Amino acid sequence: MLDADFFRRWMTATTALVDRDAERLTALDSPIGDADHGSNLQRGFTAVATALEKDAPDTPGAVLVLAGRQLISTVGGASGPLYGTLLRRTGKALGDAAEVSAEQLAEALRAGVDAVRTLGGAAPGDKTMVDALVPAVDALGDSFAAAGAAAAEGAEATTPLQARKGRASYLGERSVGHQDPGATSSALLFEALKETAGE
Amino acid sequence: MLINVPETVVADALRGMAAAHPELTVDVENRVIVRRDAPVAGQVALVSGGGSGHEPLHGGFVGPGMLSAACPGEVFTSPVPDQMVRAAAAVDSGAGVLFVVKNYTGDVLNFDMAAELAEDEGIQVAKVLVNDDVAVTDSLYTAGRRGTGATLFVEKIAGAAAREGRPLEQVEAIARRVNDGSRSFGVALSPVTTPAKGSPTFDLPAGELELGIGIHGEPGRERRPMMTSGEIAEAAVDAVLTDLAPRNPVLVLVNGMGATPLLELYGFNAEVQRVLGSRGVAVARTLVGNYVTSLDMAGASVTLCEIDEELLGLWDAPVSTPGLRWGM
Repeated sequence: MLDADFFRRWMTATTALVDRDAERLTALDSPIGDADHGSNLQRGFTAVATALEKDAPDTPGAVLVLAGRQLISTVGGASGPLYGTLLRRTGKALGDAAEVSAEQLAEALRAGVDAVRTLGGAAPGDKTMVDALVPAVDALGDSFAAAGAAAAEGAEATTPLQARKGRASYLGERSVGHQDPGATSSALLFEALKETAGE
Repeated sequence: MLINVPETVVADALRGMAAAHPELTVDVENRVIVRRDAPVAGQVALVSGGGSGHEPLHGGFVGPGMLSAACPGEVFTSPVPDQMVRAAAAVDSGAGVLFVVKNYTGDVLNFDMAAELAEDEGIQVAKVLVNDDVAVTDSLYTAGRRGTGATLFVEKIAGAAAREGRPLEQVEAIARRVNDGSRSFGVALSPVTTPAKGSPTFDLPAGELELGIGIHGEPGRERRPMMTSGEIAEAAVDAVLTDLAPRNPVLVLVNGMGATPLLELYGFNAEVQRVLGSRGVAVARTLVGNYVTSLDMAGASVTLCEIDEELLGLWDAPVSTPGLRWGM
């Protein structure tokens, strides 16, 4: 079973991975975006880590709702509302249980990803974060490691796609050949989950 | 770059703005710029915002006859809902607030969230989306046309309507009419260097230009060998006219992207006016300058807005902001 401490460590691990990859995310955002994805997420997850230290919520759901609110209030751009909604909705779906199972987390994450799809209007194949999130959640039934691998594969598979949502869509065919920065950062969330679970 | 460190560019600029403009209240910590005499009794308030790096848009357009408040985000990143709610609460006189939102995914999502939160606080909110850039096809396969130069027309004209004391639904309808009658097209002669990245966001060799660029350093739809000012004017005006067939006179904005000298912009305007004349488009008013910029990008955009007598009267009405001022 996964408790609030597990979820706090998951968020801390995500913050560390965002720090590690911030420059790479910004570099991916240069040719098909506006060169700030890494720095924006770094600002947001730093705020998440600070908030979780200051106010240690005692349920898994409350940890994710607090993290989501911090992202909405600090990131801006499209990433703020989208990542914020992902974590907030996942947290709300977990309810106020003190511990949740991996299956419950998978189910809650599916609700979170559905909310992201509704908010951003993106479907799989549009070259967005959805392309990493959907395969990751599908694989979560197997193991955290499988979800991490599926997210990373999903992010890499965005390279040949033409963007149909977000700022990269302005480039039309010129968006082909670049890995999507949002899908890449989404994969970090699942890499951190795998690390936290010790898989 | 003339900065201290990338992390503080927005806050540093806000502190400088506060020092230069005592007629504005600049909340550096919460990133909200408000006209000092707000809320103005009986008037609808206009709130806009967006990523920084487009100055004078939006903060430079706060003042009587235009915006009531502006929310600057990080460079090229939309502001967060907390800023917009704070701005709305500071300027609402009870007559309601109009959010002027440029059509970018981030701006739309954050303003939508802010509208919900402001309504929870009892503030009446209407929204108008600005989407004038013809370089992006408005289809299911893109995020839709971008908001660029027409933002200035919407903020000026709707701001004048608000100053006349018109109710929220009328101010909103006027803003929508201005947007519906506006189209833009931009070209870049150089890429952008953001403070966070410190190097150009894309590679554009000297001797080439990008057609159909946006205002966030993203490349355009097409790259071509360098063209003359006259050739660029033809390409830009004709691109606009493929999507706008004005039967009435137009407002013209010849807008610099940030690093193109006014000498070149005025020369470009002469070419734009020549092309408009040859295409049979009558010009009511023209504005030339750096208004909706993209940091240090060289280049220009052309925005046309088809108007009638009512909108022209509102355009000519007095305005007093750091970035646009006449008649008062």
